[in-house]
This record gives sequence, structure tokens and C-alpha cells, in this order.
Amino acid sequence: MSPDDSALRLVSAGNPAEAGDHADTGDHAERFRWFAPGTHITIRGLTKTFGDTVLYEDFDLDLPRGKVVSIFGPNGCGKSTLINMISGIMDYDAGTILFDGKTARETKIGYVFQNYREAGFPWLRAIDNIRYPLKFLRLTKAEQDARIEKLLASFNVSIDLNRYPYELSGGQQQLVSIMRALVIDPEVLFLDEPFSALDYEMTLFLRDKLQAVLTEMQVTSLLVSHDLDEAVELADEVLLLTRKPTSVAARIPFDAPRPRNAETTVTPEFIDVKTRSLEIFQREVRKP
Amino acid sequence: MIQKLRDRLPAMGWLQPVLGALALVAVWAFVNLVEMVDPVLLPSPKQSWAAFVEGMTEGTLGHDFLRTIIRTMSAFAVATVIAVPMGVALGSSSRLYRSVEFLIDFFRSTPASAMFPLFLVFFGIGEEAKIAVAAFGAALIILFNTAYGVMNARQLRQLAAQVMGASRARILWDVTVWESLPQTFIGLRSGVSMALVIVIVAEMFIGSTDGLGKRIIDAQMIFNMPDMYASIFAAGALGYLMNLLFTLLETRFVHWGGK
Repeated sequence: MSPDDSALRLVSAGNPAEAGDHADTGDHAERFRWFAPGTHITIRGLTKTFGDTVLYEDFDLDLPRGKVVSIFGPNGCGKSTLINMISGIMDYDAGTILFDGKTARETKIGYVFQNYREAGFPWLRAIDNIRYPLKFLRLTKAEQDARIEKLLASFNVSIDLNRYPYELSGGQQQLVSIMRALVIDPEVLFLDEPFSALDYEMTLFLRDKLQAVLTEMQVTSLLVSHDLDEAVELADEVLLLTRKPTSVAARIPFDAPRPRNAETTVTPEFIDVKTRSLEIFQREVRKP
Repeated sequence: MIQKLRDRLPAMGWLQPVLGALALVAVWAFVNLVEMVDPVLLPSPKQSWAAFVEGMTEGTLGHDFLRTIIRTMSAFAVATVIAVPMGVALGSSSRLYRSVEFLIDFFRSTPASAMFPLFLVFFGIGEEAKIAVAAFGAALIILFNTAYGVMNARQLRQLAAQVMGASRARILWDVTVWESLPQTFIGLRSGVSMALVIVIVAEMFIGSTDGLGKRIIDAQMIFNMPDMYASIFAAGALGYLMNLLFTLLETRFVHWGGK
């Protein structure tokens, strides 16, 4: 995305009539003037088509600050596409996405990809992979070292970070990816099915680590998961999407205290949220 | 008997890589011994080896060997300096690449030896012409391999850098160039072989006073067959060693390749 694009979007944010192609500008003005307090990410009029397929049309969404939102929905509804558009690595046809009025480019973003093998830099040692994004923050060497120290302390893991990524196990590589995403103290963290390529034991371990760090850092997070248990366990709110053209089917809050663990998953609250999510999911899947 | 041999075979594992070479020398010695070919045309392996050792130690083979190395390496250096940056530039803009793709493919398919007269016209009959024509041949191979490496770099790592806030130039430098290195190295390795081939041919035919190519053609003209075989062997060894060197460099610098 070029700087011109973001400038254009800033303009369209100030001038809502240009954001969509609706004739009813009054409706747009309303949408742009107001969003709930505590909102971090504002999405308005998002439109994305692939060829003849309309994936998103005039999609609106507000996402809360400092919360973990899990995105769950039928196959092909564009969960990854959504977070890719929000994070600025995928273009969209129309609409506005702002982080407190800033564009993605102006926001510190951490992103954990599903495919850790192809997301890490194999020519750098693990520690240099983690250090890499600090380059873009204009920090002194001492400040960078302090960041790394702090991060390593909060993760408290015992892997040899002087190894190259391909010398590490899959779980260790994904852990390095997670640390790389968090080292910049991101304003927003995106996680695209971060555990789906890992074995169950590693998944549980990483989930606990991630949860502990996220609770400590209070960073706005968006998690795409295909595992409903995981989606609910990590979430402050489960965002359920419909089939395409995609809209929000429901938003279900989940307030269980943290840290959450296996015991959380047998509480009535958890089961209730999961059951309701599943009902909505199945209703959406069965729709013609 | 066979059982005994089988028991011993694993211990003789080191022999395996040189088995083919030994067989070739054995066939050569046999052909020479029973005079299946005129001994003037095919001297014995021993005679040829003696010519090689003598040429390298007392004679001028060492000098010619060195001249060929210097020419090949000069040509290769020129080719690399020009072709790698150009390849990166072409590869990072698919529009630019498409507009010159035909030119590259055309000249890559043109035998470099067919360009000798052209280079003679421009560079005269001195060193420059030989080095330039070899550099030209090597550069095309390096160029298109580098460009391919850059074009086919996987997107995910570039996206990962982009989301961290890297500029396009930074992404190119920090990610794409590294991603393209395995393919670039294939280009460099083929490029150095091509440079050697062209240098040898150029030494044979465009006014050279030394070099392996010149030596081979001279030996052939005066029917000094042992020296001709020795020189051919030297050229082969040179090509092989260069390839080996690049393979070593590759495993050193592209240690993540294929992982």
C-alpha cells in the first residue's frame, strides 16, 4: 500500500460522503461521527471483491481497545482476509479502517502468521529475528537491548536463540514469531490461526504463554481461530461472522477471569458462550 | 568368496566416489596397451600424467593455467558486478522484466562464440575482448537467475516485513534479496562455468599468446598429444574446482537453502 492510499483514506474519513457510494450521506455522517468509547479500531464501508465474488460489502465494525477478540465463522467467509485488510497487508476496494484515527501504516502492528516456516527470516538467528522489527522504531541500541531483555523475561523460555529458525522445532519457531510480533510493544496484535500447524501439547503451552503476556500487556488483539474452544478461551469477545457476503452474525462477550486454563473450559459460563457461538455458527453454515 | 567381498565392501566405502574415474583410467590404459587406437593419438595415462606434472612444475602449463584462471575470474567479476544489481532491479519490477525478457532470452540463446567477431571489433584483439565476451555470456545467465529469484521470492516474508513498517526499499534489501540468494547462487555457479568455456574458446581462436585454450590448440597442431591431454585435464580440473568452490560458498552463505 502506497502512502497515497493512506492519505486518501484519511481524507475519506474526514469526508464520509466519499467513503461509500451511497446517496444517503446523512447515514454515513452518522456512522462517522459516533463510535463507542473505548473503541480502538473503526471499520466503515469496507468492500472487498475477488473477481465476481463479493466477500465484504459495506462492512462496519468497531473493535475495543486492549481486548482480545476472536474471529470465528464458516469456511471461506474471509476471516484471514479481514485481518489482512485491517493490518494493511491486503488492499481493499473501498472503505475506511482507522486505529484511533490513524492508518495501519501509522500504527505499530504485530502479526503472527499461521505459517511460521515461511514468515520467519531463515538467514537471521532467532534472536535477530526477534530484534528485527525494532529497526523501525528509532530506538538506541541500549533501548533495543532493554526491550529484548524485558520480552525474554516475560516469556521466560529456555530455547537457544542463537540458533537459526530451521534448527528449532515448529513450536519454538512459532514462539519466536510471537516474540517478534510483541517486541515492538504493538498497539494491535494480529494472530492468524497461530497454533493450527502445531501439535496439541505445544499448542497448549503457547496458548498459556500468549495469554499470560497479553494479560500483562493489555494489547488490542485479533485472533482468527478454527478451534472454537481456543477462540473462546482466549477471547474477551467472540466475533461470529456470516457466510459471504460477510457480515457480523453476533458478538458474544466472555468475561471469565484470567489466567484461564483447562478448568475455565468446564465452567458454565464457558460452556454457555461456546454453545451460543456454536448455535450461531451452525445456523450460518446451514444457510443456503 | 562373494560373502567375503560383501563383508569388506562397507569398509571400502571411500572408494565409491572414485570408482568411475578409476574405471575410465583402466579402460584408457587397456585401449592404449592393446593399441586399439594409434598410440600417437592416445598416449598412455602415465605419459599424460607425466606431461601434466612436468608442465605444472617445470614447464609453462602452470602459467597458462593461471592466465586462464585470471581471465575467467575477471570476466566473472565483471559479470557479477553488472548482472546481480540489474537482476534485482529487473526482478523487482515485473513490468520492466517483461519488457526485456525477450532480449535476455534471445541473447542467452545466442552462442557467445558467435559474438566473438563483434567483440573483436569493439575491444580489439587484446585481453579486453576475451574478458568482455566471457563476461557477456556469464552476465546473461547470472542476470536472469537473479531476476527469477527476486520475482519468485515468497510473498509471506515480504508481508511480514511490510506489517512491521518496512519501506519498499527496505523490504527489497532486507528480505527479497536474501530470498533470491539460492537462485542467484545457481546463476553464479552456472555463470562461472560459462565464463570458463568462453575464455578457453577465446584463447584458442582470438589472438592469444597464453592460456589453456591456446595451449590445447597448439599441442594439437604439433601432435604433442601427452601435453594436449594434460592441458585438457587441467581445464577440466579448473572447471571442477570452481564448481566445488561455489558449492562450498553456497552452503556457507545460503545455509538455510532448502530448509
